[in-house]
Amino acid sequence: MNTETFYYDNKIVKQFAIATAMWGLVGMLVGLTIALQMVWPFLNFDIPQTTFGRLRPLHTNAIIFAFVGNGIFMGVYYSLQRLTKARMFSDFLSKIHFWGWQLIIVLAALSLVMGYTTGKEYAELEWPLDILITLIWVIFGVNMFGTLIKRRERHLYVAIWFFIGTWVTVAMLHIVNSIELPVSFTKSYSYYAGVQDALVQWWYGHNAVAFFLTTPYLGLMYYFIPKAANRPVYSYRLSIIHFWALIFIYIWAGPHHLLYTSLPDWAQSMGTVFSIMLIAPSWGGMINGLLTLRGAWDRVRESAVLKFMVVAITAYGMATFEGPMLSLKNVNAISHFTDWTIAHVHVGALGWNGFLTFGVLYWLVPRMWQTDLYSKKWANWHFWIGTLGILLYAIPMYWAGWMQSSMWKEFTQEGQLQYQFLETVQTMRPFYMARSLGGLLYLVGAIIMVVNLVKTAKQGVFLAEEKAEAAPLQKVRITGKEHWHRSIERRPLQMLVFALVLVAIGGVIEMIPTFLVKENIPTIAAVKPYTPLELEGRDIYIREGCYTCHSQMIRPFRSETARYGDYSKAGEFVYDHPFQWGSKRTGPDLAREGTGSLKRMDSWHYNHMMDPSSISTGSIMPRYPWLFEDKIEFAEITNKMEAMQTLGVPYTDADIAAGADSARRQAQQITNGLMLEFKQNQLLTSDEGLQPDHEILALIAYLQRLGRDAAPVQQ
Amino acid sequence: MKFINYLESITDVSIYPLASMFIFIIFFAGVSYRVLREDKASIEEQKNIPLDL
Repeated sequence: MNTETFYYDNKIVKQFAIATAMWGLVGMLVGLTIALQMVWPFLNFDIPQTTFGRLRPLHTNAIIFAFVGNGIFMGVYYSLQRLTKARMFSDFLSKIHFWGWQLIIVLAALSLVMGYTTGKEYAELEWPLDILITLIWVIFGVNMFGTLIKRRERHLYVAIWFFIGTWVTVAMLHIVNSIELPVSFTKSYSYYAGVQDALVQWWYGHNAVAFFLTTPYLGLMYYFIPKAANRPVYSYRLSIIHFWALIFIYIWAGPHHLLYTSLPDWAQSMGTVFSIMLIAPSWGGMINGLLTLRGAWDRVRESAVLKFMVVAITAYGMATFEGPMLSLKNVNAISHFTDWTIAHVHVGALGWNGFLTFGVLYWLVPRMWQTDLYSKKWANWHFWIGTLGILLYAIPMYWAGWMQSSMWKEFTQEGQLQYQFLETVQTMRPFYMARSLGGLLYLVGAIIMVVNLVKTAKQGVFLAEEKAEAAPLQKVRITGKEHWHRSIERRPLQMLVFALVLVAIGGVIEMIPTFLVKENIPTIAAVKPYTPLELEGRDIYIREGCYTCHSQMIRPFRSETARYGDYSKAGEFVYDHPFQWGSKRTGPDLAREGTGSLKRMDSWHYNHMMDPSSISTGSIMPRYPWLFEDKIEFAEITNKMEAMQTLGVPYTDADIAAGADSARRQAQQITNGLMLEFKQNQLLTSDEGLQPDHEILALIAYLQRLGRDAAPVQQ
Repeated sequence: MKFINYLESITDVSIYPLASMFIFIIFFAGVSYRVLREDKASIEEQKNIPLDL
């Protein structure tokens, strides 16, 4: 048989490897910074761009899309070429993919710190970047499928299935969740509102974990573990069942992020059932990975690469057992909104994604630079420091989560809430300190790795073009004009279509009933659209990332209704584009901040936003001095109202025409009220510099509106 | 105004969770059957692709 000589493109792998390491350090550093901000709030520096609410999305986006994203591409570009015995389809597309992705990351980082955000977790990037992501993702897809079509290996190894499943599902998730109406180049509103927005967002959010942090990394596991251990995967049959079951079930589980919320019970229960079912395929993958090392455990002692991989798979197993447990309503009632969630995601991110990436980097770099690792000792040090870092991170956060939840739910014998929310925040301080130390150790380990890999590269010679030989796929004539290989060529595309149908079924069945709700029930009559100034205030709330610490979703528990007022109803959120339910309560829930016993004077909010700890001693909330200097853009309000009208918010044309004036009037009213309150109460901060066009007025208007429409329902 | 159980207003909403379960079971059974029937030599060949370099 004739063999062909060709060359694997290692340069693109090298570029993605460098990007992985570099963005990894950046993402971890930002993570450490926000962890420290929760201990020492002065580290927010009173600057908008360095404040927690903007840095937290930067951290999550950097880790998910920059660190893990580049890690995926590094692994895919290396393994796909070898598994298909073909060079990548197009060097040009590889190049566009690489530089396009880095451009997205840089623009994302800049735009997030500038406050350009959609306010939907892990999908914060604004619409121009969403489009850019789509384009680059398509280029990646064309390059991948082009390679598959010109491959020299007849079978598609299971890792490739994971890559295909990843590609098609991420494309679907990203497009559906990013449907938004642009107001300007840097601002858009989600097409969906309230409950529907929440469902779409968590269908996306959950599956971003599933199809960005899990399936591509399982693909990498199925390639790099056999390579590192030099033995085939334990059970290939299991890997096939595991693949199909995993992608099928994962897509349904999103609603488990919305248990006890205003999402219909039916959808919540389905989320729970499918989450429990997820244990089976997840553990199928874990067991398959670990058993690949059966009889070769002695090598784990010798090899840092295998050590990292074993801990990664173990962390995957723990996280995927814990996930379904957290989907049980009784467990979720404890864990949700607490630091338990933070612990859970970091077992996945630090353990599974981080350690698998490190293992792959330690394996790849010496091979591509044709040398040995510079220091095995350093790699072992990295392993132990990193492992210790994970433990020091996760254990205090689990503990913190339990404590938060117990304290939130504690009642005195007289039936009063035992603790003020602020007391629970103050109790968290030592745990946040320990967590920061864990994060620091993990970062130190990663720095040691980067130094080690740089030294390895320096002592070796990079092999940009790796020579390989393989026979082309044989063309077997079957009938008429059709060639055998044509049918094979079609297989990756068939797989793509099949995977898409599979994941789409879950999405469609899950969403249709919830979307039908809108047409089937009247909205709450008392719930009216926001006033123009409140709408502006809401945009400031979103811009500053308030949702990263405050929920707007009161669950139907005695402990919550006693603290925050009546539980939240679906009908209250119909004008919320996007929804702002949040997922974490570092601060208290704000759903009914403008009502009942929670209602405070405008001057309280004014002073609190200026310096939270002066009003609430021990508060770890950042200060927002720029809201007292920056001016409301009244001219923009009309555009925003028009966009909302297009999305179905019942503003009349007259409302819109009078929008800016109405906002000015309301701002002036609040200013007058503040002046009066300041005069009446000499203890409050002086009113010096108070102007009727400062952003703080819009924010106060919004905060005072929260929950007010539903107040009659409460009675 | 009542906000609970409003999904009841959708005709036959219970079909959705049932349909999802049936679709999965049928699909899972199909995949398992297909995989278990696969030829052993072919499985071995595919399994060794990463090591075949």
